[in-house]
Amino acid sequence: MLRFLQTLDRRWIFLLMLLAVGVPIVLQLRFPESITPNTLAAFAEIEKLEPGSRVLLSFDFDPASAGEIAPMATSFTYHAAKRGARLYFMALLPVGPQMAEDTIAKVIARDFPEMRYGVDFVNLGYKSGLEAVIKVIATDLRQMFTTDARGAGIESIPMMAGVRSVQDMDLVVSVSAGYPGVKEWVQYAKTPFPDRISMIAGVTGVQAPPLLPYVPVQLPGLVAAIKGAAEYEALLADAYGLQAEPRYQEGRRRMGSQLVGHVLMILLIITGNVVYFLTRRQERQREARR
Amino acid sequence: MRRTIPLFITTAAGVVLVVAYFVPWMSALGETVSTWFNILAAIAFILGGGNLMKMNLRKISDRVPGWGYSVVTLVAFVVTLAVGLAKVGVNPLPEYPSYAWSGEFNEQGSAFWWIYEYTWKPLTATMFAMLAFYVASAAFRAFRAKNIEATLLLGTAFLILLGRTYAGVWLTSWLPEDSPLRIELLSEFVMETFTTTGTRAIMIGVALGVVATSLRILLGVDRSHLGSGRN
Amino acid sequence: MSERAKTILWTTLFVLGGAFLLGRALFSAQGVGREYVEGEVIVATPSDGGPTREWTQWRQASYGEFLRAQAADPDQQAFRLDLPRTIGLWIAAFLTLAIFSFLWGDNPVYKLAEAIFVGVSAAYWMVVAFWSVIVPNLIGSLLPGLVRAWAVPGLSEETEPKLIFLVPLVLGILLLWRLAPKGGWIASWPLAFFIGVFAGLRLVQFFHADLLNQVASGIMPLVAFDEAGAFAAGATLQHVISVVGVLCCLTYFFFSVEHRGAVGAASRVGIWVLMITFGAMFGYTVMGRIALLVARLEFLLIDWLWLIDPAGSRSI
Repeated sequence: MLRFLQTLDRRWIFLLMLLAVGVPIVLQLRFPESITPNTLAAFAEIEKLEPGSRVLLSFDFDPASAGEIAPMATSFTYHAAKRGARLYFMALLPVGPQMAEDTIAKVIARDFPEMRYGVDFVNLGYKSGLEAVIKVIATDLRQMFTTDARGAGIESIPMMAGVRSVQDMDLVVSVSAGYPGVKEWVQYAKTPFPDRISMIAGVTGVQAPPLLPYVPVQLPGLVAAIKGAAEYEALLADAYGLQAEPRYQEGRRRMGSQLVGHVLMILLIITGNVVYFLTRRQERQREARR
Repeated sequence: MRRTIPLFITTAAGVVLVVAYFVPWMSALGETVSTWFNILAAIAFILGGGNLMKMNLRKISDRVPGWGYSVVTLVAFVVTLAVGLAKVGVNPLPEYPSYAWSGEFNEQGSAFWWIYEYTWKPLTATMFAMLAFYVASAAFRAFRAKNIEATLLLGTAFLILLGRTYAGVWLTSWLPEDSPLRIELLSEFVMETFTTTGTRAIMIGVALGVVATSLRILLGVDRSHLGSGRN
Repeated sequence: MSERAKTILWTTLFVLGGAFLLGRALFSAQGVGREYVEGEVIVATPSDGGPTREWTQWRQASYGEFLRAQAADPDQQAFRLDLPRTIGLWIAAFLTLAIFSFLWGDNPVYKLAEAIFVGVSAAYWMVVAFWSVIVPNLIGSLLPGLVRAWAVPGLSEETEPKLIFLVPLVLGILLLWRLAPKGGWIASWPLAFFIGVFAGLRLVQFFHADLLNQVASGIMPLVAFDEAGAFAAGATLQHVISVVGVLCCLTYFFFSVEHRGAVGAASRVGIWVLMITFGAMFGYTVMGRIALLVARLEFLLIDWLWLIDPAGSRSI
C-alpha cells in the first residue's frame, strides 16, 4: 500500500478531485449557511439604501473568475434593484461590460422589467488605464466616460444628470477578481474621500485575506469567496423570499461540491504526510541496519 | 537624448501627479495626465496584438517546430480582430438606425460576441479551473508538517477549509452555539486576528517598498526601466 | 503505462463518451445541449426623418421558455432553436474538454485550444480597447465631428476638438514604433511616461492607504472594555495579538539588525503569525480554485449535457 502511494500517478488525484466536485453537482447537495459578520455588514450597507439612491457597480472580473464572483454580482444587483436604487455599471477589465450585460439579462430583464435603460440603470462600459481610471473618475467621471457602453452620449442619459464624479454615488460596489479591483478602489477612491464615498466589495478567495486589514475603516463590508456569495444569497433569500428561486441560489448550490472538495484536500494532505513520515521512518531503519 | 528625455518624462509625469494630490488647483492637471495614461494603455493593447503577430509570423517563416500552431493563433487573431473592428452582424442602435456603425461592438448575436461566448469564455474559464487539480496534487506531494512553522500553516489551512463549509459546523455542533471552540467561530477568530495582523504587516512592508521604489524612480536614482538605451 | 494500453484506454473512453452522448440525444426526453433564442422586432425611425428600419434582435432564451411558448401557441415565431449558437455550445464544450485533456498529458488537441486562446485573447483586447477607448476618448476628443458622424452619433454636440489629446496620440505612435524594424528605442519615451505615472500614483496612494491608514488601524488599546464598561477578555486578546503580531512581523521584515536575542524571539513570533496568515490564504485559495472547477463542470453537466436542471430552466 505504502509503495502504491509513494509512486501514485498524479492523475489518480485528478480523478479524485473530479469526482469530489462532480458527484455533488449531480446529486445537488445543499447545506445550511452560517453567516459571517463581514457579509452581514455588506448586506446592511445595501439594505439601508433609499429608493432613487445611486449605486456604482464596478464589475472588475472576467469569465475566468465568474464561477466564484458572478453569484455575488447577481445578488448585489438584485438587492440594490430591490431597494429601488439606480444602478451604474462599469468595468476596469475589458470583459467586465460583458459580465454586466450577463447580470442585467439575468436579473433586471427578468425580475425588474419596469427598470428603464438610461433612467434606472446604465452600463458605462470599460475604460483602460487600470487604477488611473479610478483616479480620474473619483473627481471627474465625464473625463473618461464620454459615452455609455452602447455609444450614447453621457449628456443624453437622464440618470447621469447631477453625476459629476464617483463622489456623487451613494454606494460603490466593487466586484473584483484581482488587479485592478477592490484594492485600487480603496486606495484611489475610498481612502482620499473617506466621508464622501462609501464602499463595499465582493472578492475571490485568493484576494480576500490580503484585503482584511482594510475592514472596517476603509472597507465597511467584504463578501469573500464562494462562501461569502452563498451567505449573501442566504441573507437575500430570507429577506426577500427567494428560497424557491434557483437563479439566486447559485453560490449555495456550489457549496455542496465545495464541502466535499475541501474534505478531499484535507485527506490528501494528511495521506501525503503519513506517506512522508512512514517513508522517512523506513529510510532511518534501513540506515540503522547498515 | 535616449536617456535624458525619458528620465525627464518620468519625473515630470510623476511629480505632476504627486503635487496634484496635495494642491487642489493642480488636480485638473493630474486628471489630464491620468487620462493620457488611460488612452495610452488602450494603445498598448494594439502593441500587444502587433507583437503577437510579429512573433508568430517569424515562427512560421522560420518553420520552427510547432509552427502550425502559430498559424492557428494568427488565424484566430485575424478573424477575431476583423469581425470585431468591422462590427460584423451588429445592428445599429435603435435611436440611430441610419448610422450603420452605431451599434455595440459586442452585441449579443454578433460574430464578435459569438467568438467571445463560445471560444474565449470557455477557454479562459477552463484554464483557471485546471488549477484545482494542480493544487490537489501539490497538497498530496508537497505540504509536509516538517517543523512548527509548516504545522501552523497546515493547521490553519485545515481550520479554514473546514470552518468555511458546513463540515466545520457539523463537526463541532455538539458544542454550545456561542462556544469559541466551534470550528466556524474559531476560523472566524483566526481570520479576524492572526490573518488580519499578518496581512497588515505585509501591507505596511509592501507600502514602504513601493513608496521607496517610486521615489527612487521619480528622483532618477533608479533608472533600470530605461534599459540600455540601445535599440 | 505502455503506449498500447494508453491507446486502448483513450479509444474506450471516446467510444463510451460518444455512445453516452448519442444515447442521451436519441433516447432521453430532452436530448442534449441546444441553444434557444427569443426574437424582438425592432422598428426604428431616425430622428432626422429618414426611412424607418426594421430588424429582429435575438436574445438568449431557455429551453423551458421555448416549451412554454410552444405550449401556449404551437405556431409561435418568437422563440426558436438557434443553430449557430448550438454549434457554438458544442465548440465551447469541445474546447473545455480540450483544455482538460492536458491533465492526462500534453497533446495536440490541447495545443490547438491554447493557440486559439492566445490569438482570440489578443484580438479581443484590441477590439475592446479600440471601440471603448480609442474611438470615444482619443478620436472623439480630437475629431468629435468625425466620430459623431461615423460610430458614436450620441457624442455630445458641444464636444469641441481638444488639441491637448495630440499628446497621447503622439506618445501612442511612438509606442507603436516599437513594432517597426528600426528606431524602436523611441518607444522608451511613452514607456517612461507609463513608469512616471505609475510611480506618481503609487507613491501617494500606497503611502496614504496602506501605510498611514494601516498604522492608524493597527493602533488600538491593549485592554478593551465593552459598551457597558466591563472588561472584555475576547477583545483584549484580539487587540494584544494584533498589536504584538504586527510589531513582531515587522521585526522579521527588518534585516538591518541581526535576528538574535529579543529581536530574534520577536521575529520568530512574527514568522509564526505569518505562517498562520499563509495557512488562511492557502485555505481561501483552495476554496477559490474549487469554485472555478465547479462552475466549469456545471457548464458541462448542466448547459451542455443537460444531465440535471437545478435552475429549472428546461421545465415547463
